[in-house]
Amino acid sequence: MSQLTSWRTGSTRVLPGFGLSMGISVLFISLILLLPMTGLFGQLAELSLAEYFAIITEGRVVASYMVTIGAAAVAAVVNAIFGLLLAWVLVRYEFPGKRLLDALMDLPFALPTAVAGITLATLYAGSGWMGGLLEPLGFQVAYTWVGIALAMAFTSIPFVVRTVQPVLEDLPAEVDEAAMSLGATDGVAFRRVILPHIWPALVTGTGLAFVRSLGEFGAIIFIAGNMPYETEITALMIFVKLQEYDYAGASAIASVVLFVSLTLLLAINIWQGRFVRRLHGGKG
Amino acid sequence: MTLPTIFRRSLIAIAMGVTVSGTAAAQEREMLNSSYDIARELFAAINPEFQAWWQEEHGEEIAISQSHGGSSAQARAILQGLRADVVTFNQVTDVQVLADAGLVAEDWQDAFENNASPYYSTTAFLVRKGNPKGIESWDDLANEDVDIVFPNPKTSGNGRYTYLAAWGFAENEFDGDEEQIEEFMRTFLVNVAVFDTGGRGATTSFIEREIGDVLISFESEVNNIRSEYGSDDYEVIVPPVSILAEFPVAVVGENAERNGNTDLAQSYLEYLYTEEMQRLLAGFNYRVHNEAVVEEFADQFPETELLEVNDVFGSWDEAMETHFGSGGLLDQLQRR
Repeated sequence: MSQLTSWRTGSTRVLPGFGLSMGISVLFISLILLLPMTGLFGQLAELSLAEYFAIITEGRVVASYMVTIGAAAVAAVVNAIFGLLLAWVLVRYEFPGKRLLDALMDLPFALPTAVAGITLATLYAGSGWMGGLLEPLGFQVAYTWVGIALAMAFTSIPFVVRTVQPVLEDLPAEVDEAAMSLGATDGVAFRRVILPHIWPALVTGTGLAFVRSLGEFGAIIFIAGNMPYETEITALMIFVKLQEYDYAGASAIASVVLFVSLTLLLAINIWQGRFVRRLHGGKG
Repeated sequence: MTLPTIFRRSLIAIAMGVTVSGTAAAQEREMLNSSYDIARELFAAINPEFQAWWQEEHGEEIAISQSHGGSSAQARAILQGLRADVVTFNQVTDVQVLADAGLVAEDWQDAFENNASPYYSTTAFLVRKGNPKGIESWDDLANEDVDIVFPNPKTSGNGRYTYLAAWGFAENEFDGDEEQIEEFMRTFLVNVAVFDTGGRGATTSFIEREIGDVLISFESEVNNIRSEYGSDDYEVIVPPVSILAEFPVAVVGENAERNGNTDLAQSYLEYLYTEEMQRLLAGFNYRVHNEAVVEEFADQFPETELLEVNDVFGSWDEAMETHFGSGGLLDQLQRR
């Protein structure tokens, strides 16, 4: 029996049941991920290549790409910085309320995005608490791209924090202490000792945050203002196509978002694989 | 028998008993009404009346459930399998889509009076106390310092009516001069402060977020908002020229037959034309055709010239294609 397993998998595995567990995983992935995607491409098949390009390169749609990608990039960068900081605080320090803060990090996952959107819109509109303070100073947040980036940052911060946290936990505090004792300043210790260790996790987390923001709809739609060419997101363009009963058009725009997301995630994965292999001397 | 066996068998017996009695209790017929978003309160008032009436006439207890959502989203749901027996929408196009798919009879508009529209409304303005920007008609909306709020015509039937009303007004005003009409519409659209996806979203932006000087929506909605949020803080302005917004109803033949509800569905929609219901509808600020009720509520509904979509734009299909389709006039006017 074990010989059969080694022939199939190329190595002797102690844990039995590779065939069954692989089968169930593939079935699950097929049902949850691949079947809907196939449906999407099925819708696309109704369009000719020329029609497809006409839809995805239309002026208003392209403007929405700019808005969505731009705001997502800003949100991802902001989340990278503050997410790292949050993860650091949660891992390295003890303070009252630490568990609460840790639990709060999962709030954007648990909160329905529509609720998040309405709350943010109410808070940052001219009549809201934050908006009432910021607008007299000249900073309009609601109904501008800043509001969009804000909503995106809110919904995607857990990705950064939760990806970096375990890696930071793995890094023993003694490492920083050793660096300090060898004469490194704070900056050097961070750049040369800590950052190289957590860099892949940070990039993955930021990448996930970015990709999540590309697809966000409910949280953004209330605070966005939806002015054509200015504050319209790609998800809204898809929604509009559906309202026109243009399923093929909606699938076309969706495929663009899907393609960008998959490419980015794949690139991060490949780059990370190479990086980790280099870091661990070829054994990663 | 051992204890576990007794327990298991009695559990099965109880389960069977519950199921049987459950099915016996569920003999009551149920009808599903798919409606537009802002009709929740309306049908919450109408349905008990119909149930009482049906009980009296036929001695049968029936249940009515409601589904509400954006009109087009509702139509899409039915196309994809939602078993609604009747539809009560706020756009002719959304019922037509169902007729084209064979779910609703082709001659659905002749099935009931007034083009299968028991009530209608028009587009009106809601302004803040004292009407500080002095908005009386559509041309005031093109003024520089006016901020407008209405739902996105791309996603909302309500928004589409507003756009068409503005266009219809411009056509009359500028005697069909294309350039001037487009100039007016361009300014009108630029003055929009925020485009919410639906009517209620626009209401929230105007009332809660205090955005804009004027909210444009159905006359019924605008009046209902005013009664809810304070008659002193807001004023309703009905412009002298506006658009006829019909609220079409239809029986979804295929579903009603499958559910055995055809008679129920037919009666339900006919019931909306009775005097008591027309009075109830007028109470909700919808305009009706029943003459007696019209006289009773004459003060509530100012005289206004109502343009019909079919007269100004040829047909709804043409309007959808020319204006709201991808690359249509709405897109062109908003282009930078």
